Amino acid sequence: MLIGLGRLPVWFSRWRLFSVCVRLRLHGGASAGGGPPGGAGKDYPQRGKDNYDLSEFPTENIRNFSIIAHVDHGKSTLADRLLEITGAIVKTERNKQVLDKLQVERERGITVKAQTATLFYHHAGRTYLLNLIDTPGHVDFSYEVSRSLSACQGVLLIVDANEGIQAQTVANFFLAFESQLMIIPVINKIDLKHAEPDRVAKQIEKVFDIPKEECIQISAKLGTNVDKVLEKVVEKIPPPCANLSDPLRALVFDSTYDHYRGVIASIALFDGWVQKGDKIMSSYTKKVYEVNEVGILRPDQYPVEKLNAGQVGYLVAGMKEVKEAQIGDTFYLQKQPVEPLAGFKPAKPMVFAGMYPVDQSEYTNLRKAVEKLTLNDSSVTVHRDSSPALGAGWRCFTKCTLLLFWLGFLGLLHMEVFNQRLEQEYNASVILTAPTVPYKAVLSSSKLIKYGEEEITILNPCHFPDRLQVKEYLEPVVTGTILTPDDYIGKIISLSQSRRGVQKNIVYIDDHRLMMQYLFPLNEIVVDFYDSLKSLSSGYASFDYEDAGYQVADLIKMDFYLNGKCVEELATIVHREKAYATGKAIAVRLKDTIPQQLFEIAIQAAIGNKIIARETIKAVRKNVLAKCYGGDITRKMKLLKRQAEGKRRMRKIGNVEVPKDAFINVLKRQKDK
Amino acid sequence: MEGSDFISNLRFAFQWPYCERRCTYCNFNKYISTNVNHDAMRDGLVRETETLLGYSQVKEITSVFIGGGTPSLARPSTIASILETVARVTHVPHNMEVSMEANPTSAAASRLAEFKAAGVTRLSLGVQALCDRDLSILGRDHTAREALWSLEEARRFFPGQTSVDLIFGRPGQNVESWEGELEQLIALCDHHVSLYQLTLERGTALYKQVQEKALSVPEQETMARMYQAARSVLGKAGFLQYEVSNFAKNGAVCMHNLGYWRGRQYLGVGPGAHGRFAPLGEGETQREARIQTLEPSDWLREVRRFGHGTRKRVQQSELDILEELLVMGLRMNEGLTHQFWLQRSPGFDLQEAVGDAAEVKQYLEDELLVLDDRGLRCSWEGLALLDTLLPTLLHQLQLSYQKSVNRSLSLTCFVPPAPGPTPTSHT
Repeated sequence: MLIGLGRLPVWFSRWRLFSVCVRLRLHGGASAGGGPPGGAGKDYPQRGKDNYDLSEFPTENIRNFSIIAHVDHGKSTLADRLLEITGAIVKTERNKQVLDKLQVERERGITVKAQTATLFYHHAGRTYLLNLIDTPGHVDFSYEVSRSLSACQGVLLIVDANEGIQAQTVANFFLAFESQLMIIPVINKIDLKHAEPDRVAKQIEKVFDIPKEECIQISAKLGTNVDKVLEKVVEKIPPPCANLSDPLRALVFDSTYDHYRGVIASIALFDGWVQKGDKIMSSYTKKVYEVNEVGILRPDQYPVEKLNAGQVGYLVAGMKEVKEAQIGDTFYLQKQPVEPLAGFKPAKPMVFAGMYPVDQSEYTNLRKAVEKLTLNDSSVTVHRDSSPALGAGWRCFTKCTLLLFWLGFLGLLHMEVFNQRLEQEYNASVILTAPTVPYKAVLSSSKLIKYGEEEITILNPCHFPDRLQVKEYLEPVVTGTILTPDDYIGKIISLSQSRRGVQKNIVYIDDHRLMMQYLFPLNEIVVDFYDSLKSLSSGYASFDYEDAGYQVADLIKMDFYLNGKCVEELATIVHREKAYATGKAIAVRLKDTIPQQLFEIAIQAAIGNKIIARETIKAVRKNVLAKCYGGDITRKMKLLKRQAEGKRRMRKIGNVEVPKDAFINVLKRQKDK
Repeated sequence: MEGSDFISNLRFAFQWPYCERRCTYCNFNKYISTNVNHDAMRDGLVRETETLLGYSQVKEITSVFIGGGTPSLARPSTIASILETVARVTHVPHNMEVSMEANPTSAAASRLAEFKAAGVTRLSLGVQALCDRDLSILGRDHTAREALWSLEEARRFFPGQTSVDLIFGRPGQNVESWEGELEQLIALCDHHVSLYQLTLERGTALYKQVQEKALSVPEQETMARMYQAARSVLGKAGFLQYEVSNFAKNGAVCMHNLGYWRGRQYLGVGPGAHGRFAPLGEGETQREARIQTLEPSDWLREVRRFGHGTRKRVQQSELDILEELLVMGLRMNEGLTHQFWLQRSPGFDLQEAVGDAAEVKQYLEDELLVLDDRGLRCSWEGLALLDTLLPTLLHQLQLSYQKSVNRSLSLTCFVPPAPGPTPTSHT
C-alpha cells in the first residue's frame, strides 16, 4: 500500500520540524523514592529502599521499550501513568510533565534530551525490569528517536482517538518498523467526547497493516486500561537478546554533560556486565577509562552495584568531553576487546547559519559560550567559514572578519533554541545570519578544483561560486508527508506547488483523511512551510519530512543593500524563477522590521549588479512622548530602558541599525511577528 | 543651596481618581462612579498625607499638584482639608503654587471661587479642542462654547495662572485647521499652554475605533508638521517652549512640573499616585519609587489599616536616578546644566557620561544635541526627536557609569575609601 514510505533509512535521517512534544519530565523530589522488587513476597516497590541487585533479573524478565507518538497524543501522560503504576513516582498527585530546568524548555515546552526510566513491574508472579526509553519529545532532535530505538525491542505507538494518524505517527511507525521492533498500537484519549477509537483502529489497520483488534484503547489521563499496556509490554515485546557470560558490549545511545562529574553516558548493555572499577575502552577513541559509577535512571540517577546484559542505565567514567562519549560508540572491557556494535551515523545538519558577536569585544566570550554549549548539544556542527575551492571565498572570509562560526543545525527550531540558550544561559548576544541549506555546486573546470573536489558544498551564501565556474548547481530535497482532512486538499496543493513541490503520492487513509507525499526543495519548506500549512488547515494538517538527496536546480545568489552597503547576513541563494518575488518580499519585510531612523534608508535587493527591488524607510520626523509627569515617568523609563537594552541587539550596517532577529524573520513568509 | 533641594523639600501631588465619564483616549487610572463617598475619600487622603509626609521628614513643601481623574469633581472642602494638613505637618511658603486640573464644564467653572478659597492658585483647564465634533470624538463632557466660557471664568479667578491643555493629531484634523484653532486660542488664553499629541492607548475606545478603521488619525508626517506648526505659532505669540509640551509667557511656568523634569523629590497621595522620595522617617536614606494602590476602595481600606496605601516600593540606585535625570532633563529647553548634573553625580560629568560615544558625537554634529559650557540639551530639531535619541544616550550612560564604577573600585585597592559624597548625603 504505502508506496514510497518504506524507503526510510534505518539511520536517524529523519527530520521532523516543529512538531513539539513534551518529554517525560519528572521532578527529582517526586521520583527520588520508588523501589526495587527486592525480596520475594513484595507486591509493589516501596519508597526508601536503596539497594538493587539487578542480577536478580534474568534477561527474560527484562523489556526495553519506547513510546512514540505525534505531538500531543499523550506520550508524556502515559509515561507518567506507567511510572505511577510501577511506583517509580508517587501516585497521590496528578503528575504533570512540566518541570524543567532550562528556561528555553519551559518557555517553548520542548526538550533536547532523551530520558530513560527503569520500572519494576510485578506480573503473573514474576517481577519484570522495564526500561522505558523515552524518545525526546522534539522533532528537530528526532534523530535521537532512532538512537533511542536502537536500545529497544519494542515500542508503544500512541495515536489520539480524536485526531487519528498524523504525519509524525507515520514517520515514527516506519522508524520502528524498519528497526524490526515489536509495535504495540495504543489508542489514547478514548475519554474525549469526540473520540472515535474504532475509526482510528481502522486507520491503523489500513496504514500500518496491524489488525485493528490489536489496538489497546486507553485513557492515559484517567488511567483507563493502562494496566493492560504494561501486560502487553511484557507479553508481546521480546526480552533483549543478550548474554551475561559474554564479555561486556555496551552501546552509548545518549550522553549529557555535568559540570561536576563530567560526561554521563546512557548505555544499553548487549552482553556482559559492568561495575565500578572496571577498565573500559571506547572502540571509537580507543581511550581507556575507569568506571566511577554505574546506575539506573528512575528517571533520576540511581547508583547500583552493577549493570548486566540486557539492561539500560548510565555510566560515569571521568570523561571530560561529550565527544569522548560518542553517540553510537561501543564500550568494552580493556582486556576483552569485542566487535563494536553497528552504531550510528553522526547527526546530519540540514540548516546552516553564520554566527557573529554583536560587537567585537564579545568575540572571545561568545566563542567560549558556543564551545560550552556544543558540549551539551553535540548535534550542532561547527564549521570553519571558508571556501577551499574558490578564491572568491577567501576574499569574503577576510571581509567577514567578525564571523565567528558557521553552524549546522538539525532544523530551524533547533537553531532558534540554540540561540536562545546562548542568550539565556551564557548571556551571549549573537547575530545569526539568514538560515540557509547546504547547496552544492559541480565545478566545470579542473583548474578550479583544488583539493581534488569536483563537487563542493556551499554553506555560506557568500561563497556561492559564479555561474561561469560551475557545471551545475544542486539543491537538497526532502520527501514531505502531509496528513490532512480532505477539506483542505485544494489549498494544500496550491501551497505545495508554490513551494516548487512535486506530488509523489496521494492516498485516503479513511473516509475523509488523506496522506500526501511531495518532493520539496529543502529551502522551500525549512523556514515557514509548517506555519503556513497549519494556518490554512486551521491546525488540522500535519507535516513531516525526510532527506531525499539532491536535485539539479537553477540557482542564483541574491544580495541585499542598506544605503548602498551590502548586508552579508542576508545573502541568500534562491531559485531563479523566484528571484524577483523573493527579493521584493524580503525588501518589504525588511522595511517592516527595521525601525525608522534619523535618516532615510534605501533597501535594495540585487542579483549581481542588477537591482531587482527597492523599498524606502523614511526618516523619523517626530518622536517624543507628549505627556511626561509624575505618573508617566516609571512607564516611560521602563520603555526607554528596554529600548536601550535593545541597542545591544542591533546590528549596525553602515550606520543603519538592524534588529538582530531581522535576518531570520524576513525569511518568514507569514507575518506572525 | 541648590543641592539641598534634592532632599530637604518636596513636591506634593495628590490624585482624585473619579471621573464623570470615560474619555475615549484616556487610559489613566480612573473610576466612573455616581456615588462617591466624599467624606471617606477626604479622610483617606488626609490620613495618607500625614503618614507619607512623616516618612519623608521634609522641612518644606514647595508646590502642590492636584491631578486625577477629574479633581474639579472633588469638594473644595476636601482640597482645603488636604492643604491644611500639609501646612500643619510641614512648612509651606506663603506663595506656594497649588495647581489643579479642571474640566471646562459649567459645573466646575461655577465653583472656581470656592477652589480658590480652598487654596488653589493655578488652574490647568482641559480644553483639548475648540471644535465640537472633535470633543465628541474624544468623549469630552463639554462643548467648545462651554470651554471658552470656563476659560474666561478661570482667567478671572486665576489671572496669569491659568493654563490650557490642547490635544492635536485628532481624527480628521489637518495642519491648517490646527493652526487656525491655535490662533483662535491664543487670542483668548492666558499665559500657559500645554500641547499633547493624541496617543492611541491600548484598551481605549478610540484605539479600538482606529483599529477597526472607523476613524483614522493623521499620518506621522502630518503629526510632525502639526507639532512644528504649533511651536512656531506659539513662539511668535511670545510663548517660550520650556518643555516638550509646555509653553509659557511672562515666566508663568508650572513650578510643580518643572520639579519632575529636574529630578526633584515628590510625594504622591491617593489611588494610583506615584512618588519619588527617600523615606528618612522609615530609616531609609535611599530614594524610592513608590506607587499607591490603584483601586480606590482597596486603597481606602489600606489607608485605614496602615495609614497609607503604598502598593509598591522600589529602591532607586544612583544609576536609576541619573537615568531619570537624563531622560527628564532633556525634555526642558534648559536641558541639563553641568552644575546641576554634577550635584547629582560628583566626579562623573556629562562629557564622560554620554559625550564620548560615537553616536552621541554624530547627534552633536547633526545639531540635534548641544553639549557646551552650559551643559547638554536638545536643539530645536532635536527636541522633536528626543525619544529616538534617548535609547542611545541611556545605553551610553549605562556603559560609562559601569566603567566609572569599575575605575573607582580599582582605585580603592590602593586608596582607603574616603567617605565620598553620595547623592543622599548632600545636605
